[in-house]
Amino acid sequence: MSRTFLGLPPFGAASQTATTNTQLRHNLRHASHTIRDRRAEVVTERADWPQLRAAGAAIKDRTLRHLDHYLEQLERAVTAAGGTVHWARDADEANAIVTRLVHETGEDSVVKVKSMATQEIELNQALDQAGITAYETDLAELIVQLGDDLPSHLLVPAIHRNRSEIREIFASQMHRWGRGAPSDLTDDPHDLAEAARQHLRDRFLKAKVAVSGANFAVADTGTMVVLESEGNGRMCLTLPQTLISVVGIEKVVPSWQDLEVMLQLLPRSATGERMNPYTSTWTGVHAGDGPQEFHLVLLDNGRSSVLADEVGRQALRCIRCSACLNICPVYERTGGHAYGSVYPGPIGAILTPQLGLVDREVARELPYASTLCGACYEVCPVAIDIPEVLVHLRQRSANGSGHRLERASMAVANWMLADSTRFSWIQRAASAGRHLAPRHLPGSWGRAWTDTRNLPEIPAASFRSWWSSRTSSTSGTQRDDRHD
Amino acid sequence: MRIALFVTCVNDTLYPRTGQAVVRLLERLGHQVDFPQAQTCCGQMHYNTGYRDAATDLAVRFLRTFQDRAEAIVVPSGSCAAMIRDNYPRLGAPESRLRRVSAQVTPRVYDLSEFLVDVLGITDVGAYFPHRVTYHPTCHGLRMLGLGDKPTQLLRAVRGLELLDLEGAAECCGFGGTFAVKNPAVSTAMGSDKARHIAATGAEVVCAVDNSCLMHIGGTLQRERAGVRAVHLAEILAATEAEPIPA
Repeated sequence: MSRTFLGLPPFGAASQTATTNTQLRHNLRHASHTIRDRRAEVVTERADWPQLRAAGAAIKDRTLRHLDHYLEQLERAVTAAGGTVHWARDADEANAIVTRLVHETGEDSVVKVKSMATQEIELNQALDQAGITAYETDLAELIVQLGDDLPSHLLVPAIHRNRSEIREIFASQMHRWGRGAPSDLTDDPHDLAEAARQHLRDRFLKAKVAVSGANFAVADTGTMVVLESEGNGRMCLTLPQTLISVVGIEKVVPSWQDLEVMLQLLPRSATGERMNPYTSTWTGVHAGDGPQEFHLVLLDNGRSSVLADEVGRQALRCIRCSACLNICPVYERTGGHAYGSVYPGPIGAILTPQLGLVDREVARELPYASTLCGACYEVCPVAIDIPEVLVHLRQRSANGSGHRLERASMAVANWMLADSTRFSWIQRAASAGRHLAPRHLPGSWGRAWTDTRNLPEIPAASFRSWWSSRTSSTSGTQRDDRHD
Repeated sequence: MRIALFVTCVNDTLYPRTGQAVVRLLERLGHQVDFPQAQTCCGQMHYNTGYRDAATDLAVRFLRTFQDRAEAIVVPSGSCAAMIRDNYPRLGAPESRLRRVSAQVTPRVYDLSEFLVDVLGITDVGAYFPHRVTYHPTCHGLRMLGLGDKPTQLLRAVRGLELLDLEGAAECCGFGGTFAVKNPAVSTAMGSDKARHIAATGAEVVCAVDNSCLMHIGGTLQRERAGVRAVHLAEILAATEAEPIPA
């Protein structure tokens, strides 16, 4: 039923195709610049943003340092409040737990709150194989699901679609999933939202089981927190009888004081809002109010091994705000699908390979999907030094297979640069042959440059030979400082 | 002040005029410039592409060459200065000799523009450049070194120069070292947008503190026959009425 990222080409090939898609380029340029500008406005108005950002990073680091402690505290608090905690080592375990829990309710469908963790483990596909239909209720996830598409952004999964494409999808697909779109549907955003509202309202009133993720899990009270814009999440969190939340183990924060910092950082960084429209919090179960059964599935799925990497572990601070995607000049030109994973953009390029979510070939190319311009690090509300982690992961890739030619080129470059006399001879040879230099270079790297860009002219003499002739003609006092 | 010039391998080999401009400028300002000839490359390309060991070898060579050489080491490249100052301290094992020497040498490394503004405390270097110029703040200069408006302070003080605002100035040009050849389609798409914004300013010259970015931007502008040339900041600051730079 729904597509998966499995088998998509690696970034190099995928991004090449993406850059030629003019509609995609236009949609992304428009959307990312809009969100980016809004974020800049609401972040700049906070004079204490650098302090907030440092606090966010410190809270996350402290929690990750004592993760075992806080997770057990969370488990005790959730259990005391009437919930049940399940531990899942990987995607298969998590999917099996959720499938079993749904089967136990006797239902054959669930409504879903937008959740990256369930995307990561491909829960919808697992449920489908067990005869359970998962209905996405976040507007953008609904667009992706109805279009048999893949999400391309953490927060705005249908960011690659414009409103006329959305109208097409609603008009042709909505009736297959439930209440259809009106026959006179236009691409006016109000019309589109109204069609989705009618379609989803039916669904909410029938649903008995909901599946969610959580933005944060507060350890000392056992409280789950979801931030959203539409209110559809709150419908799922309050109307059904059973609520199952799948939450990555890095989502825990020690206390509400820590949550307070995060609730300032996240909406400003994510949607460029001072405060998001809906913040739902729930703690276990309450008689006669909301779901009467609550299950928390704590998901590892590679996080423990990321935590063991001293440089890479900062990726676990991520609060999935998407500011790095919205500012990234590479993401803006390729879109999310090119990254071949549910986690696209700069954060995806460091999270996907570390969590081991994709094939080796896709994972190997992801750390190179960046110019290291540093804009992602600058906007990150929890100060993840994404370029540092990218370079760290490149070191791993470069040592693996598939980089033989590159390793050889680097070795040649190093040989030339290891001795200044040798380097100067090579410069002289280049200058002597400068008129023979081709305008179009051979080889894949050569062609990659000269297909679209001119080469610089090789000068008649290098700087060092100019310097030598200058000092020998002016003073003769030059001291020989070569040590090779 | 006794200044050592680290010219960088790219400038040395492909853009000698930039190094010559730095020498002319600093001597004009009354300083003595030394060019330690054992220097080659800072290792940035190796480090950023994932070859940490090769980068470490080059870092050791750099540190050996410049250790005890001068009060200040001036680099006419934002990204090479950033490589040395930000990344060298991450190389080698903690407590190693490399870390110790690195801690002594790297704080004395400056990009040319910050050396002029912060260390020498001057913005008017007595330059004359009667052209319409737009400035592209290169990523590592902007975000790793935090150059801010130092380069434009210098440009605004140049007589005859009209500085034009660049739309999307802080956005990367798409060079990214080996990124330009590993992901040429995305790199070209970014370069094309940068070239379009530059052309839209009506400038004759696009200026930056890094010739590797300018090689990408200039190569794109030339291929498009855009009629705008790329010139390093040092060359503009070195230009005077008596000694203009060749057009």
